[in-house]
Amino acid sequence: MATPPRELTQNPLKKIWMPCKNGLPEKHISQRKVCMTNCPTLIVTVGLPARGKTYISKKLTRYLNWIGVPTKEFNVGQYRRECVKIYKSFEFFRPDNEEGLKIRKHCAASALNDVRTYLSEGGQVAVFDATNTTRERRDTIMKFADLNGYKVFFVESVCDDPEVIASNIVQVKLGSPDYTDRNTDEAVEDFMKRIKCYENSYETLDEIKDRDLSYIKIMEVGSRYLVNRVLDHIQSRIVYYLMNIHIAPRSIYLCRHGESELNIKGRIGGDSGLSARGKLFAKFLGKFIQEQNIKDLKVWTSQMKRTIQTAEALGVPYEQWKALNEIDAGVCEEMMYEEIQDHYPLEFALRDQDKYRYRYPKGESYEDLVQRLEPVIMELERQENVLVICHQAVMRCLLAYFLDKTAEELPYLKCPLHTVLKLTPVAYGCKVESISLNVEAVNTHRDRPENVDVSRPPDEALLTVPAHQ
Amino acid sequence: MHFVSLNLGQSVSTHILRWVAGTRVNSGKSRVSGHSVCKYVEYVSAGDNRLGTDTTIRGNRIRYSACTSTGAGGPHLTNSPTVIVMVGLPARGKTYIAKKLTRYLNWTGVPTKVFNVGEYRREAVNYNSYDFFRPDNQDAMKIRKQCALAALRDVKSYLSEEGGQLAVFDATNTTRERRDMILSFGKENGFKMFFVESVCEDPSVVETNIMEVKVSCPDYKDCNRTDAMDDFLKRIECYRALYQPLEPDHYDKDLSFIKVIDVGRRFLVNRIQDYIQSKIVYYLMNMHVQPRTIYLCRHGESEHNLRGQLGGDSELSPRGKKFARALLGYLKEQNQKNLKVWTSQLKRTIQTAEALDMPYEQWKALNEIDAGVCEDMNYEEVKERYPEEFALRDQDKYHYRYPTGESYQDLVQRLEPVIMELERQENVVVVCHQAVMRCLLAYFLDKSADEMPYLKCPLHTVLKLTPVAYGCKVESIYLNVEAVNTHRDRPEDIKKGPSTLMRRNSVTPLASPEPTKKPRMNSLDDHMASTSSALPVRMASDIPTSLPDQVSSHFIHFLYFSVYSASPIPTHPFCLRLHVLIILSI
Repeated sequence: MATPPRELTQNPLKKIWMPCKNGLPEKHISQRKVCMTNCPTLIVTVGLPARGKTYISKKLTRYLNWIGVPTKEFNVGQYRRECVKIYKSFEFFRPDNEEGLKIRKHCAASALNDVRTYLSEGGQVAVFDATNTTRERRDTIMKFADLNGYKVFFVESVCDDPEVIASNIVQVKLGSPDYTDRNTDEAVEDFMKRIKCYENSYETLDEIKDRDLSYIKIMEVGSRYLVNRVLDHIQSRIVYYLMNIHIAPRSIYLCRHGESELNIKGRIGGDSGLSARGKLFAKFLGKFIQEQNIKDLKVWTSQMKRTIQTAEALGVPYEQWKALNEIDAGVCEEMMYEEIQDHYPLEFALRDQDKYRYRYPKGESYEDLVQRLEPVIMELERQENVLVICHQAVMRCLLAYFLDKTAEELPYLKCPLHTVLKLTPVAYGCKVESISLNVEAVNTHRDRPENVDVSRPPDEALLTVPAHQ
Repeated sequence: MHFVSLNLGQSVSTHILRWVAGTRVNSGKSRVSGHSVCKYVEYVSAGDNRLGTDTTIRGNRIRYSACTSTGAGGPHLTNSPTVIVMVGLPARGKTYIAKKLTRYLNWTGVPTKVFNVGEYRREAVNYNSYDFFRPDNQDAMKIRKQCALAALRDVKSYLSEEGGQLAVFDATNTTRERRDMILSFGKENGFKMFFVESVCEDPSVVETNIMEVKVSCPDYKDCNRTDAMDDFLKRIECYRALYQPLEPDHYDKDLSFIKVIDVGRRFLVNRIQDYIQSKIVYYLMNMHVQPRTIYLCRHGESEHNLRGQLGGDSELSPRGKKFARALLGYLKEQNQKNLKVWTSQLKRTIQTAEALDMPYEQWKALNEIDAGVCEDMNYEEVKERYPEEFALRDQDKYHYRYPTGESYQDLVQRLEPVIMELERQENVVVVCHQAVMRCLLAYFLDKSADEMPYLKCPLHTVLKLTPVAYGCKVESIYLNVEAVNTHRDRPEDIKKGPSTLMRRNSVTPLASPEPTKKPRMNSLDDHMASTSSALPVRMASDIPTSLPDQVSSHFIHFLYFSVYSASPIPTHPFCLRLHVLIILSI
């Protein structure tokens, strides 16, 4: 006979219903977010040096972390540099350099060791970033994964275009600690020789021999892909992501709508129009965009009046995304912080305790927002130059993706009104320029107050509320 | 360049512009002025009712051009329509992929239609034997080419005149010559081309496919199964002699395509051009052909249901709890292996799942439609407090968005990841809500945007969906626990509202039973005419698929009502025909 159903209580922070016994939650409920693999995944890169493996690893790690899958990359090159403090020359990588081989094997082993530690301590995905060009090495890794119960997914990058390789060397390899004291020509020459050391023993993933492996082969910088045996949700997400990223130079401009009527009043959410200063910002933004003279600039807005009004002033076509709408503050929509403290002091304190996971009653959390923004990020990856006119919480989430910020930092990122952030991808990261358009606006940023206890007095809760009408 | 300077507030109150399936419909309804809680979609440039030349929807993104048509500066590349060209030997699942993809794209809001050259050929000639397909049969070759050209003509008018955004050209297209012809057709008309090739050399897969869909096809209606199989295998050989697969390294290296190898075990993807192609690739990579069953049901009856209130987050009623226990019994009987249970994050679905004694997953995406300011109200209260809103919703329930809430259209976008994951999974029970279940069901049964919000999904009834051939078999199981009725039909007086059935169905033109000429497709006008006369009470004529013959419509009608029959369908005398009609309907 079935046991009687358990009582449900709502987690006050995340507003999730959980079964409980004697007032205590009974078990962890799997809240469907992104990854529902029951065992951890080991992503293994494959490819000659300077094929963008590290670029892919870092980018993928950043994406997976952002969507809420704890992921870490393990770069064997780093282990080697720590082990052998001074890099002399390509000789180290020669296949007949026994000493070098031993060290490299040792480094790979200690990286795998760390992978195991990471995946047993809550990590869900580990990216093992090394050349892994021989079948022997890959077999070792698969045995390791098998032993520990991990799923393995290979990501091979194949590229024969000398220009792409050369530009990759110049962009990221010359800046590597291996070549700090070398001049450019020397370094390039040495690196080319280093690639040669791998070429002879390189065994690419084979359609027949490796037919039982799960892998994606990225060819010629993403103009072609071969995808084999995708096993689960997370692998399918990874494949989709890798098929959408590109490396063409471009800039992404992020900004908020111009100052709104509700901003002035210090009220959150709502759907008000722009203030006079907000309209002036919109005009200046139009000028700024013209001055920048950006090729094929796309403009995206939310479906809220204030972003659309801002975009309208630019005089260019734009697209509205519902996904870009501001965080839904539920019952707190259009309230001032003072009113929230007044009506819902408990909610207000809970939010300060864990702003990322806190869900407004009948509204959303930052965590929800990230899920909602995932398609936007995917499309941003596909696009080239884009201006996104959005909202404070939305901009924080987008910015956190590009700058690889943690869930703790994300809700406190500073995204003031009337300021454009220009993001340009460089090497493995992203350059940020902040451009204030010199139109005054109210401050809407509320820092975390020191006292986040539910029993705090109102004045301590309101300590960090920015000034308003 | 000229552009309109605007006052959004004003424009909102003058015009509502709706974009449905790429066809512009200006419903011209006045908004209530002084309406404090605005909905967000309908902000439109004032003074330009035509609203530019460059407005498209992509998912729930709406593109507005503030420029007038002269200033738009040429067509946007991303907006040009796409032809998806199937490639592969017969019985490689091309039609399956074509139909399924079309159903998915239509559901997400991209107007798509399949053009199956085989149907054109069947219309043109009576099939005798594989001789027709022999490479040396000159006369037949001519006819086949004519059929392909006729289909392409229809593709052209669908994409350039009828508001279609994607056309799936379903034929073997196994030779370079034929593909080059299609490519130049695309180039002439400014269509993007995307090839989908299905490669499979596993004889058992091919054989299964032939048994499942080919033997029962009209070509073999007077044939016994063995003869049909034999003939079909010879037909394949006719093509094999001339087959030139897509060649990624040289000849076809500049084409955009996906090669689906061995029923989705491996994929080769070349030169994805845009969003829609990337979406198609993702979808194809996630679907599988393993037999499985999906169970859809709502939570047990809730306290809010009893009081007739919308939304909210209330508890199960005593009858609702009884249903949850009955559901446990039913699922035990079904005894499906690896059954997964999904719920929303609302209390009533979780309480229902808790009774099942199984692990379950909560999805926020499965939460009920957000009724915004109308949450927790009953229909009378809504009508009293927001009469305009109430009327607007009745006029176009699919696109209507509750103030500060959602529309069915929003819901479909929110549910897209759920559908994608359902495609990946095998046996799943989805415990959800009325509006959510309607959206999911519409995907599986290929229902139009117009019908979706009126699909009947009563409480305490499980819909069991099993994929068969090109479609989906539905069984409805009432678990014998009484519950209130929460279905509100389309009011009678809304008969002639602005027709919103713009979303095209993926029905390929069916071979007409008589050899007389029949229009191959419904033109846009036909389509609109047939929908604007739709009756509030669901009648056979209201069924969306615009099947040409009455009989099929009648059977769909029957299927629709079978949702209420508690008796298991297999014992029903209509069983076999029912099976067939579902294939037709998808």
